[in-house]
Amino acid sequence: MNIHEYQAKAIMADYGIPVPRGAAAFTVEEALAAAGSLGGALWVVKAQIHAGGRGKAGGVRLCHSLQEVEAAAHALLGATLVTKQTGPAGKRVRRLYIEEGLPIAKEFYLSLLVDREQERIAFVASPAGGMDIEQVAADTPAQILTVAIAGDTVSQAESEQMAAHLGLDADLQAAFHTLANNLHRMFREKDGALLELNPLILTTEGALVALDAKFVVDDNALYRQPALAALRDPDEEDGREIEAAQFGLNYIALDGSIGCMVNGAGLAMATMDIIQLKGGKPANFLDVGGGVTVEAVTEAFRLLFADAHVQAVLVNIFGGIVRCDIIANGLLEAVKQTPMRVPVVMRLVGTNEAEGQRLVKEAGLDVRWADDLDQAAELAVAAADNMKEAQA
Amino acid sequence: MSVLLRRDTRVICQGFTGKQGSFHAEQMIAYGTTLVGGVTPGKGGQTHLNRPVFDSVADAVAQEGAEASVIFVPPRFAAEAIVEAAEAGIRLIVCITEGIPVQDMLAVKQRIADSDCTLIGPNCPGIITPSEAKIGIMPGHIHQPGRIGVISRSGTLTYEAVEQLTRTGLGQSTCIGMGGDPIHGMDFIDALKMFEADERTEGVVMIGEIGGADEEHAADYIAQSFSKPVVAFIAGATAPKGKRMGHAGAIISGGKGTAEAKFSALEAAGVRVEHNPTKLGAQMLDLLAA
Repeated sequence: MNIHEYQAKAIMADYGIPVPRGAAAFTVEEALAAAGSLGGALWVVKAQIHAGGRGKAGGVRLCHSLQEVEAAAHALLGATLVTKQTGPAGKRVRRLYIEEGLPIAKEFYLSLLVDREQERIAFVASPAGGMDIEQVAADTPAQILTVAIAGDTVSQAESEQMAAHLGLDADLQAAFHTLANNLHRMFREKDGALLELNPLILTTEGALVALDAKFVVDDNALYRQPALAALRDPDEEDGREIEAAQFGLNYIALDGSIGCMVNGAGLAMATMDIIQLKGGKPANFLDVGGGVTVEAVTEAFRLLFADAHVQAVLVNIFGGIVRCDIIANGLLEAVKQTPMRVPVVMRLVGTNEAEGQRLVKEAGLDVRWADDLDQAAELAVAAADNMKEAQA
Repeated sequence: MSVLLRRDTRVICQGFTGKQGSFHAEQMIAYGTTLVGGVTPGKGGQTHLNRPVFDSVADAVAQEGAEASVIFVPPRFAAEAIVEAAEAGIRLIVCITEGIPVQDMLAVKQRIADSDCTLIGPNCPGIITPSEAKIGIMPGHIHQPGRIGVISRSGTLTYEAVEQLTRTGLGQSTCIGMGGDPIHGMDFIDALKMFEADERTEGVVMIGEIGGADEEHAADYIAQSFSKPVVAFIAGATAPKGKRMGHAGAIISGGKGTAEAKFSALEAAGVRVEHNPTKLGAQMLDLLAA
């Protein structure tokens, strides 16, 4: 789960990690008041959305007067930002963060993550700060240093290795060592999945400061991080994904025309893949999970039928723990509430398959049956194409 | 493959008396697994499914000679359950539990590093040697004893491949679901080494997915040291970047871990890659006939 930059920085400040002074603002008035109480002659007005690339998209404005702060806040609040990470639909700005402007001497990149190879928490450091780190990794991989932390804290040797790679002067080593350890402690205690400072800056006065911050918390650990769980911002998430999650469904919206319902994450991905292989496009990823109920399946069908892009639905169930009769009853319940406006292709095999198929057939629904996934994908792609032609 | 699991392997279940534990323990017994008891702290001395319940894994090892354990305990206790099993001398630990915090798994891997146990999972379907025994949640009836080893990061997608191998008559020697978490026990290379050494295994079906670099490492290993035919599928070619696709480990992050990169690494290693998940059995049949 992502949290906003200003929320991440508040936690970082608690851990003694230097961040610029700032305040969150939900209105133009609050933005002005924040800038006024920060004082000084340079402010940064930053759009708070859960996506990177805000700077290039005009979501970070440098202001030299309170009038400029007011104008920037006015322009950003309610605007939709399209960045490299938001997708073409963009994200609506509902919150701002007003910070003091700092004089920058140098910019660096520094992050912490769980290194799957080393099976350790690792730092990624680069002297190329404030840039798209994926691009840096692709173009100049030598600029990227990964240091897996062997012990419970960052050792002197580990922080020296990073400081040297960043090109920090010897007199900054002590400050960097403290910074690295504070970041590491926060990452461990707050169950981080990613903590990214891009950039970390050296000010002209010689201080290391986290100018930007991104924090992602491990979803599996939210049960023991109630303060972080409370920071969930539903405005930043797809409403359908939240709704589905309440029923224990794992749903991710995509932009194709074939709605999918599958049991198991791997099979759900493979179902999307074979749809594409057959010339169609999946409208979503949907894993109903192992302990699925009729109520949840009903909700799943309702979600698929409600998606205006969906021209056909493909149900692919290879029931082990999941019982086919539960899927069938879910469909029967769903069509009582929402008409089945698109054709449904079903591949329903495994536990209780005869009962599941009988229930659907006796209800007289427009369901096309497939013996295997290959045939199911072909039928679904053909059905979606027919629907599109009929509408054209 | 009798290295890891045989009919007479003495298995216990941690989280034995819970709903999931009870259901699947019953299924395992029905399949023929030698399930000698279970562990539920505080319920030691009771009987469940006609088998003894112990307070600790150490008790189960001492009294029933348990060698393997399957874990169904909730996520917040599962990491400790793995360590408990390893410290009690269990040699094969299969953790089914989904949702263990990733940093807990980092700690588990450190703590069990010096023990000689094999960990499968977490967040996995388990392991089955068809017609001998199964430790996990896979439907037993779709399997058939045979010639092909299966190693996979997925659950139901593995069943898809297994069914194809059964239908083509190739059958399976052993099937291992290594699980969908980013930090896990057994990986592709560990399984491939066992399949290489196993005389019954004539070929391997490998099912990967987006995220991490396990498949790329497996490709390196196959190119250098694996002599049997391999068919591979990678799930998630259509998955968007930066989105977790159900499994905690199935995410393309920082542009790394794409299906495309994994397919090409495996293809370069001489693996028969197949982009259609319903053609894996047919591809294996074709490779073995060649």
